[in-house]
Amino acid sequence: MKTFYWLLKREFWEHRGGFLWAPIVTGAIFLVLNVMAIITAEVLTARHGMHFGGGVDIQTMIRNADAGDWQQVGAAADIAMISSVGLIGIVMGIVVLFYCLGSLYDDRRDRSVLFWKSLPISNTHTVLSKVASAAVVAPVIAVVVSIVCGLLQLLMFAVVLSFHGINVWQLLGLSHPLRAVGSLLSNVPLYGLWALPAVGWLMLCSAAARSKPFLWAVAVPVVLGLLVTWFGIMGLFNLSTGWFWVNIVQRALLSVFPGSNLVFGEHSALKMGEFADSDPLAVLSPMHTYSLLASPDLWIGVIAGLALIAGAIWFRRVRDDS
Amino acid sequence: MNAVVTATGLTKAYKNALALNDVSFRIESGRIVGLIGPNGAGKTTALKAILGLTDFKGELNVLGFDPRTQRDQLMEQVCFIADVAVLPRWIRVSEAIDFVANVHPRFNRAKCEAFLARTKLTPNQRVKQMSKGMIVQLHLALVMAIDARLLVLDEPTLGLDILYRKQFYHSLLEDYFDENKTIIVTTHQVEEIENILTDLMFIRDGRIVLDTDMDTVGERFAEVMVSADKAATARSMRPLDERQVFGKSIFLFDGADRATLESMGEVRRPTVSDLFVATMKGTYA
Repeated sequence: MKTFYWLLKREFWEHRGGFLWAPIVTGAIFLVLNVMAIITAEVLTARHGMHFGGGVDIQTMIRNADAGDWQQVGAAADIAMISSVGLIGIVMGIVVLFYCLGSLYDDRRDRSVLFWKSLPISNTHTVLSKVASAAVVAPVIAVVVSIVCGLLQLLMFAVVLSFHGINVWQLLGLSHPLRAVGSLLSNVPLYGLWALPAVGWLMLCSAAARSKPFLWAVAVPVVLGLLVTWFGIMGLFNLSTGWFWVNIVQRALLSVFPGSNLVFGEHSALKMGEFADSDPLAVLSPMHTYSLLASPDLWIGVIAGLALIAGAIWFRRVRDDS
Repeated sequence: MNAVVTATGLTKAYKNALALNDVSFRIESGRIVGLIGPNGAGKTTALKAILGLTDFKGELNVLGFDPRTQRDQLMEQVCFIADVAVLPRWIRVSEAIDFVANVHPRFNRAKCEAFLARTKLTPNQRVKQMSKGMIVQLHLALVMAIDARLLVLDEPTLGLDILYRKQFYHSLLEDYFDENKTIIVTTHQVEEIENILTDLMFIRDGRIVLDTDMDTVGERFAEVMVSADKAATARSMRPLDERQVFGKSIFLFDGADRATLESMGEVRRPTVSDLFVATMKGTYA
């Protein structure tokens, strides 16, 4: 257990830039862009005497607002709270993708694998610590950064709106920051399970490739996909060609992007008609996202991921080129 | 004496070459063994087999473990420095010590820090900012603080200047080696280690061509400087090697009669490098 903790720490030391600084910098850029947007809006408003809602000033608007309007204000605040996770999530997906590809290859290339292998650590522990870094450590950091970023964002809007005579506490009362935090955190374990086939595939390529793991990782599924498409092999299983692209190619490569489970197949958030504009948090709520646990797509992916990780451990042991 | 390494019929074939060809040897505890051979002779393959880094045919027992299947237990007792500069470039001195201290049950932190205190390394320094010599100092500090029974060194001083090389072997002898430890070392700088070795193993084309201890080397091999008139006699005794120096011939004999040799000229104990050159004649031809 102690060894495993230090292995995770080791991964964090090596990849501090990707795991920690990439989300922080992304979050900071996101906030700066928002500040600039607010300033631009304020300047335009001041210079042209423009008002929200075509001439009606904001105080009048508030006086005339009904319950539905208030709900929309709350929804806007909730969106402010969770919007940074989109951008940070994409960056984290890229970080995890390349982390997995390099995780069992880079140390063979620079021969430092000889140092790691001179320590009494089993290959299984080494590989699993890298899986945990990709599937748990990286997303936890990204979500925590997103939450901090969301709270700052909320604070920023509250301050700006308070200049326009809107009560900050009233606004915060309309939003659901705690629920947003909970929903964001709740998605971490699900992400870990969902990303497993891609993490496994990328790490298998990383452990097996003698050179250019990226090429192997992309070329193998894509070439297979093209063959399947040309020869219509999926017809033999009564499945469409698209099934292969979605369930094999896409899962093997793109599942490391958080939220890819939300737009996947029948679980697609876009198909879920019940979401009202008034409740943007519903997309991320465990009530919705965890319905995926009932789907064989997830569990078949997990099993495939575990098999691929076992393959990566085997290759880690036998690959002898340093 | 108890054997640290016992190999029987060790064979390893790469795609188009036999790196180890039915090799058998035995290394006792408390020895410093030099495994010496030309490039591509199979030295590194033999070490990799001992360390469980490669698959092979035959029997191999290292400290009672099979390196193929019991590598994790084995590595608690075995350390190795494979070449210089295999420490990860991103790691800091302090991180390296913290990591090894927490994953290696036989690591002595105080010993490591005491050794580093004698170098110019600072805790915050990263490996990528170090010279080759400093990297080896760090690696040696980490390894010497581990109470292992077998230390394997594969070209540990390659590319280092002579100050670092001397210091490396000096530290190893003074601060590390004792009768419970065993060291296996390969190097091309034979002259530098010849007086610290207790045993000598020559390997050529995947076979052990000489396996002896250093005392026996002195008894078995002799070098005689012979003037031109006696050269023919010396030649008839089937020397291993002959070379010319200042009009005289120097012959290297294996197991020749000492008295006969002394009657021909001045007898010396051959250096390991002369022995090596004589044994490996025609390797690259």
